[in-house]
Amino acid sequence: MNTTLQPKKNKTGSYIAIVCLVVLYAILFVLDNFVTGSSMLMLMTVLRKGAIYSLLCVSMNLLNGFTGLFSLGQAGFMLIGAYAYSIFSIPRDQHDTVYQYFGGGAIKFSIAEEIGKLLGENAGNWLGAIVAIIIAGVVAAIFAALIGIPVLRLKSDYLAIATLGFAEIIRAVFQWNGLGVITNGSNLLRKYPTFADMKIGSLSFATVFPFLIVTVCIGIIVLLINSSYGRAFKAIRDDEVAAEAMGISLFRHKMLSFIISSFFAGVGGALLAMFQTTVAATAFTTAMTYEILLMVVIGGIGSVSGSCIAAFLYIACNEWWLRFLDKGGIGSVSIPFFRDGFRKVVFSIVIMVIVLFFSKGIMGDKELSFTGLVNKLKKRKAARIEAAQAQEEVDAK
Amino acid sequence: MSENTVLRVENVTMQFGGVVAVNNLTLEIPEGKIIALIGPNGAGKTTAFNCITGVYQPTNGKVSFMDKPIVCAHPTGKMKKQYKGENAELYLHERTLNPTPDAITGLGIARTFQNIRLWKSMTVFDNVLIAKHMRAKQNVFSATFRGNASEEKRMREETLALLEEQGLDKFKDELATSLPYGLQRRLEIARALATDPKLLLLDEPAAGMNPQETQELGAFIRQIREKYDLTVFLIEHHMDLVMRISDYIYVIDFGSEIAQGIPEEIQSNQRVIDAYLGVAEDE
Repeated sequence: MNTTLQPKKNKTGSYIAIVCLVVLYAILFVLDNFVTGSSMLMLMTVLRKGAIYSLLCVSMNLLNGFTGLFSLGQAGFMLIGAYAYSIFSIPRDQHDTVYQYFGGGAIKFSIAEEIGKLLGENAGNWLGAIVAIIIAGVVAAIFAALIGIPVLRLKSDYLAIATLGFAEIIRAVFQWNGLGVITNGSNLLRKYPTFADMKIGSLSFATVFPFLIVTVCIGIIVLLINSSYGRAFKAIRDDEVAAEAMGISLFRHKMLSFIISSFFAGVGGALLAMFQTTVAATAFTTAMTYEILLMVVIGGIGSVSGSCIAAFLYIACNEWWLRFLDKGGIGSVSIPFFRDGFRKVVFSIVIMVIVLFFSKGIMGDKELSFTGLVNKLKKRKAARIEAAQAQEEVDAK
Repeated sequence: MSENTVLRVENVTMQFGGVVAVNNLTLEIPEGKIIALIGPNGAGKTTAFNCITGVYQPTNGKVSFMDKPIVCAHPTGKMKKQYKGENAELYLHERTLNPTPDAITGLGIARTFQNIRLWKSMTVFDNVLIAKHMRAKQNVFSATFRGNASEEKRMREETLALLEEQGLDKFKDELATSLPYGLQRRLEIARALATDPKLLLLDEPAAGMNPQETQELGAFIRQIREKYDLTVFLIEHHMDLVMRISDYIYVIDFGSEIAQGIPEEIQSNQRVIDAYLGVAEDE
């Protein structure tokens, strides 16, 4: 009876989830430090990139899946986040090399270094990265707030077109030489701390770090979705007119959703910058947004766990599992079709099959959770016991 | 009418292009009464509701709630030339008020819809719980990080209590759309009640109900009026229900008021009979 009053009555599921997370981090830590070899390189790439894309997918899902706002500005906010992170993180003495055409740039300090001066180099690297990532999110959120005011008055397709336009404009603006002292024009930003710099002593945390940030961020999004505000977002998605009539301010809640989604897109952009070790505005194309949208659709619109699963699967297929299709053959057997780009053909077919036969995505709008799993098992057990008792009664008679 | 007036609609005209959907409508809703708005199909009843609840901005006129103006408008732009209604000069110098529907719900006017508008993907419980969101004392941070767990608990308890009162608690974990029609109507009323209204606007609450359900609905409306100290303003086509429960009736046809009075007066009013029979002839 009390399930609705106290939704988390069942603690077993949460414990299993925590144990799983700890085990996951232990494995990642071991992979980071004690396992080497070229075959591992691919796995680490997939894990890191998959984690980052999970966050990007979940942040897009918050807006598109839970609030029902079809926005395509994701790449724009990622770009802002990536630039904000790298601009504030390039060490002081690297400015002259990075900004070689712009007289060393305008911002001549690095957050990591400033904190490092106070608390030591390691703390500087960690805290500096975290602070810079938060700044990246905040800058993206500020941009979202500014463009949200005019853009969120539009609906469906028009909103998609407007946000798409915004992302393209941002990409052009960041390549403009007039802003070169800050953005380095059309040149790369580089030399800022990356995942490889996340160390304690000689121990590397190059994969643990992105997982940590992504877990915290997705955790916050899940908490938000399950809160009163999350329910209000879903109400807007289901029926705007009814939501408004029940006192939910459309503009305020759409704005909130847009800003929060953009904040995490900015964080994801910053992580992507750390992953890639260089940032160039040209990379943040519309295709990137579509890629994320595709993952969201494959995972299931309105499912956080679906987005995460789809992100890892997509990245693994794209970067690793389907690579052999580009290499001319399997082992020594050469197959004529297998050449550069064939991977993309097969990949498109796989996606078409998924969209045709799993039209609601892998998860639909359901969530994968240990609490749910444990509840299900308990119910099944209870049903079995009940059936056994009934049988006994019948037998006794 | 000596009691306090909860809602006062003055000279409200709603003109869409050249069509005057509501023409110079004036009515008063006294506190604690059940007032009905009736009229043949297409008379402008729902449009009048939409003007009151902020879905439409009226072309001209003023709506006051608890003696405070909440909606006020006069013809502007193209409408200045096209306007066919009356009394445009009355509100020319008053400040235009055009609140969004959520602001009006916040003041204490809740409504239901003619074609049921429940949140389809959500359970009965969640449908009512979301309506509590507006009055919750929280912000997005305290809600996300569970800084205010007692508030969430209070919302859930109140929702459950409300569902129990309406006899909907046994369906609380079912999808709202899986309920039978009559119960969906009742859920919509429960959801409106969850916003703590002073005035409840019901748009054809008995539409699609059988005589038995309609009978029950009449008793139900009276019951909630007593319990929540409500004033009820309803649109209805079931004449027996309207005559039985309402204290006062306004009749409109083609957007204009053609009669008002207590049920007995309306039943014998020749203009009302003409309006209804006229429609029957067209069909």
